[in-house]
Amino acid sequence: MLKIENLHARVEGKDILKGLTLTVNSGEVHAIMGPNGAGKSTLGNVLSGRDGYEVTEGSVIFEGRDLLALKPEERAAAGVFLAFQYPVEIPGVNNTYFLREKLKIMQISDELLHRAVNEGFSGGEKKRNEIFQMAVLEPKLAILDETDSGLDIDALKQVAQGVNALRSPDRAFLVITHYQRLLDYIEPDFVHVLADGRIVESGDKTLALKLEEHGYAWVADRDPALTTEARA
Amino acid sequence: MSQSSASVPFIDALRDADNLRLPGSGLAWLDAARRENLQAFVAGGLPDTRAEAWKYTALRALGQRRFALGDAAATSHTVDPHALALPGIEGSRLVFVNGVFRADLSRLEALPPGVSLLPLSKVLEKDPEPLRFALSRHYREVSDAFAQLNAALSGDGVVLRVAPGVRVNKPVHVCFVGTPAQADLAWHVRNVIELGEGAELDLVEHHLATAPHKHLGTLVSDIVVRDGAKLQHAVLQQAAEESVLIRRGSVHLGAKSQVMLHTLELGGGLVRHDLHAQLRGDQARLDTRGVFVLRGRQHVDTQLSIRHQALNTASESVWRGVADERSRGVFRGAIVVAEGADGSDASLGNKNLLLSPHAEIDTKPELEIYADEVKAAHGATVGQLDERSLFYLRSRGLPHAEARALLTAAFCRAVFAALPNDTLRDHFSNALLAHLP
Repeated sequence: MLKIENLHARVEGKDILKGLTLTVNSGEVHAIMGPNGAGKSTLGNVLSGRDGYEVTEGSVIFEGRDLLALKPEERAAAGVFLAFQYPVEIPGVNNTYFLREKLKIMQISDELLHRAVNEGFSGGEKKRNEIFQMAVLEPKLAILDETDSGLDIDALKQVAQGVNALRSPDRAFLVITHYQRLLDYIEPDFVHVLADGRIVESGDKTLALKLEEHGYAWVADRDPALTTEARA
Repeated sequence: MSQSSASVPFIDALRDADNLRLPGSGLAWLDAARRENLQAFVAGGLPDTRAEAWKYTALRALGQRRFALGDAAATSHTVDPHALALPGIEGSRLVFVNGVFRADLSRLEALPPGVSLLPLSKVLEKDPEPLRFALSRHYREVSDAFAQLNAALSGDGVVLRVAPGVRVNKPVHVCFVGTPAQADLAWHVRNVIELGEGAELDLVEHHLATAPHKHLGTLVSDIVVRDGAKLQHAVLQQAAEESVLIRRGSVHLGAKSQVMLHTLELGGGLVRHDLHAQLRGDQARLDTRGVFVLRGRQHVDTQLSIRHQALNTASESVWRGVADERSRGVFRGAIVVAEGADGSDASLGNKNLLLSPHAEIDTKPELEIYADEVKAAHGATVGQLDERSLFYLRSRGLPHAEARALLTAAFCRAVFAALPNDTLRDHFSNALLAHLP
């Protein structure tokens, strides 16, 4: 479904992704873990087409199409969904507005819909709203960018429940997170460790537990090629 | 500080002004007032940008154009009455085409008792005396050039009076229609509106065009709202894209009176709106809300001047500006709390959105306070669409143009939240969205 090869990306003149390669198939849940500054959020933003992220090398093929050639809205239409780490508050725009086409089918009515997008929502409500929109948009590939950040354990469980309910053989997830905690509730098929713009270690869910136990320094120590910055 | 009179007269008829036959000609006081204002205009000409009030609006190009005064065919242009209808607005309607009253398009039969709604041309024929005070005004400043022209040359307009204590249930609709003529026209409309003590009125003013034209229209409106009266005034300005529209309103508020003004400026090539409000009675309250949305090379200049002159008066002004392409918006909001107007509460906010690097918005809020125990706040901003919001909406599948329009409409929405007529509010919203490129 998604094939990322040797992806290099630059933000504000600084190289962040430095040769990331990853293949995701339908139905799989991949967790991307890594220390701050490793390039986790950059990956999510590059995949969803945000301005200011310059791809300098490599390719991203999504369902046989060159994903990087598409505008953000075209990527959304093709089935890519990004749940934001920091969902944007948009006063004056109803939550229903960009969901209305789907709503006709789903006949959802909820007080939430009639409020402005994320305006005045708590951290947990914002993240739940992201998952709700994902449920409505039914993407093929859902990218969750640090969805666990800023959530208490109850909110985290609710969000994870929503994600788990959407797992299906036709849908893949890229779960970007700093902490292993989220993966207790969203069980990944694969765990990748991102450091210094590359995937330096891949494994099954037990890799997340090792990371929790030993910290990111453990991965860094196993890979002498990493810069000192990434070890810090 | 005036331009040389070489560019005067830019209206053809001014050369021959003494022989003009306007409605009311022959009334000694009216002839005198017209003559004085005309002389003042001919002596001063159009203001240039050295005049503070015209700093951001250059009139040089306008002064070099030529306009014909009056449209001989004004009563015979074909206008589809359905095009004049506004959703949610039924009842009385007064229609002017190129500045001339059109009985055939107007609807005056349904007036409630205590309401008088007539064209100025008729009132000047039959019973001009009550208008003597309003129409005798002599504008002396060069920056009042268009008011001088209007006072000298207007012969038609809206005369609307609501008797004390009368509540008008249905909105009164006044329509100013521009339509192509044999030449570029200058038309001048004078409106006189008075609400008696405790009267209530809902007034909707609509400017529109049947087809592209380049006329110059000036409107001067005197609005008097007596003690305890309430006026809701909504203005939808959709004049022809290359037309020139100069509106000037003066509003006097009596004790405990309330005026709420909503303005949506969408049309016109060169547009100027001056509002002079005086809160003259204790506890008077004025709310002004307005939006301009500009594209192409439109130039719209809004100037508010609000004077608190009595105890415990309140004014709140919320204005938004949006400028796209090569358009230019100007906003100046001046609030004065005069000596003795203690306990007044004044606020003015103006937020603007630039959608293009070639668009420009100049905004200037001003506050002068000479009284005690006054609450006052003012602020102005000019910004751009939030890139994060735009990306957020696009990432959910909204095309760029739609996301941009949605965010722009949202930016303006707060301004019309208090418009009491839901249907009209939706219409304003839709008109705004439709105007975005």
